[in-house]
Amino acid sequence: MDITELTVHELQEKLANKELTITDITKAYVDRINDKEKDVQAFVTTLTDEAMKQAEEIQAKVENGEISGKFAGIPIGIKDNMCTKGVKTTCSSKMLENFVAPYDATVVEKLNEENIINLGKLNMDEFAMGGSTEYSYFKKTKNPWDLRRVPGGSSGGSAAAVAANMVPWALGSDTGGSIRQPSSFCGVVGLKPTYGLVSRYGLVAFASSLDQIGPITKDVRDSAMLLNLIAGHDRRDTTSSEIEKKDYTKALKNDVKGLKIGVPKEFFGEGINEEVKKKLEEAIEKYKELGAEVEEFSLNVAEYALAAYYIIGCAEASSNLGRFDGIRYGYRTPEFKDLKEIYKKSRSEGFGAEVKRRIILGTYVLSSGYYDAYYKKAQQVRTLVMNEFNKGFEKYDVILTPTSPTVAFNIGSKSDNPLEMYLADICTVSVNIAGLPGISIPCGVDSQGMPIGMQLIGNKFQEETILNAAYTLEQAIKFRENYKPQFKGGAN
Amino acid sequence: MQVSKEEILHIANLARLNLEENEIDQYIDNLQNILNFANIVNNAPIEGLDITIGTNEAKNVFRKDEIEVFEDNKALLQNAPSQEQNMFKIPKVIQ
Repeated sequence: MDITELTVHELQEKLANKELTITDITKAYVDRINDKEKDVQAFVTTLTDEAMKQAEEIQAKVENGEISGKFAGIPIGIKDNMCTKGVKTTCSSKMLENFVAPYDATVVEKLNEENIINLGKLNMDEFAMGGSTEYSYFKKTKNPWDLRRVPGGSSGGSAAAVAANMVPWALGSDTGGSIRQPSSFCGVVGLKPTYGLVSRYGLVAFASSLDQIGPITKDVRDSAMLLNLIAGHDRRDTTSSEIEKKDYTKALKNDVKGLKIGVPKEFFGEGINEEVKKKLEEAIEKYKELGAEVEEFSLNVAEYALAAYYIIGCAEASSNLGRFDGIRYGYRTPEFKDLKEIYKKSRSEGFGAEVKRRIILGTYVLSSGYYDAYYKKAQQVRTLVMNEFNKGFEKYDVILTPTSPTVAFNIGSKSDNPLEMYLADICTVSVNIAGLPGISIPCGVDSQGMPIGMQLIGNKFQEETILNAAYTLEQAIKFRENYKPQFKGGAN
Repeated sequence: MQVSKEEILHIANLARLNLEENEIDQYIDNLQNILNFANIVNNAPIEGLDITIGTNEAKNVFRKDEIEVFEDNKALLQNAPSQEQNMFKIPKVIQ
């Protein structure tokens, strides 16, 4: 048995019937990381020694009855924009290269309460700005299906680590698709919860009205289980919603009879790769066979939403990233004559080109003379997008689209063309603009063997509906049983 | 709208960023491309629509303004690029 092939719910079963111990599991992952990290480069910081020590301690405590709980000793990986006390949180930026958070993010606290073991901090595009993880200051993460291709982004390290079995599951964050798109590229399951379901306290802010933390997992059951652990109101994030606690695994019924699925035709038009379209059409046929009612409809928001996303996201980023001034934490330039020069030189030397591009765009659209033409219009577009989705959800339970117009692209092929990189977010951003939940699950591979993702969008706080719909298709097509990453194109 | 060199330097200054002489054209070009695309918001059917700031139900969230002491001063200050006597050190601000 290869332990690292197992899902978390399978690990739990094997722990419960004593086929495996906590130390067996952590050891298997540490070995796997040691074996694969040189090819995949998913981690900014590995905590393999600390994890082994922790596993032994937790194992001993479980044996003598000090602690119990289904998640005790299960390992995880965490995107490097969530604060972990005593461990570096870099956001894959030179700006935070040596930053050690003095506190834990709420999601990290919740994992710690369950005695979950952190295997390390995962690579990302700098400050979560990007769709390929190529904008990390430290390293370029590779796609485990083909090492010459990007893993997607910005949670590329999280998705690649899960796909490569270097962690059993991971946390990512999603501002415009940063959980779903890399999950699609890496053939894993990524869920962006409804805005407000998961606390953002301790998540380094990119665009506060769009950011959400969510699970990246091998299957839908693990996704529901990790959502159970991280969801809930937090008084330290006033945008987190006070909604009743649910057990999302109970929603997994493996039954979509009578489920109304809307397929927006605009999401299948120009720019969507033919092979992606074909696999999505097969998935739609499968849903029909399973008893769902599928109907095409018009949801003409994608382009407007994408433009609004870059205006609003960059505006919020330009404000949020104002805190990086070289004074209290973060990079400070070695030579300066006065305070203003500390600010300017520290920021210019500490931020990468993409981050600077977005700060400049954000500052531009907020500046006098352009506010009404761009920022205000984008906020009105946001209302339009929400209204259009609301109309859709009057008729449908779930809206089905591709997660990304293409499969994973080659490293270097888009990194010099920012606009082209931005257009790759066309299928995912409207979900953030409207604050809805969305999940990406793999629905097949293309002729090159690269995974293709399908996105299911739900109405606000209807995670149960999309989780069940995703689970039912997953059970029918058995992607994980049929396809595995091959680490193609590696040096050895 | 055409972005000029003066304008991008003004914006960069507002954002407290220096642009090297040899990067300016690149930044203008990138900004121009993105603005040209973003301009489609001006064609969207949004006549008469309100603005949306956040997607949650708009309500004020109140709590008591209670002081909580963060004990671990050392953990905070260890991130400071420069410190002295338990304080953040910066150059002289008032001449």
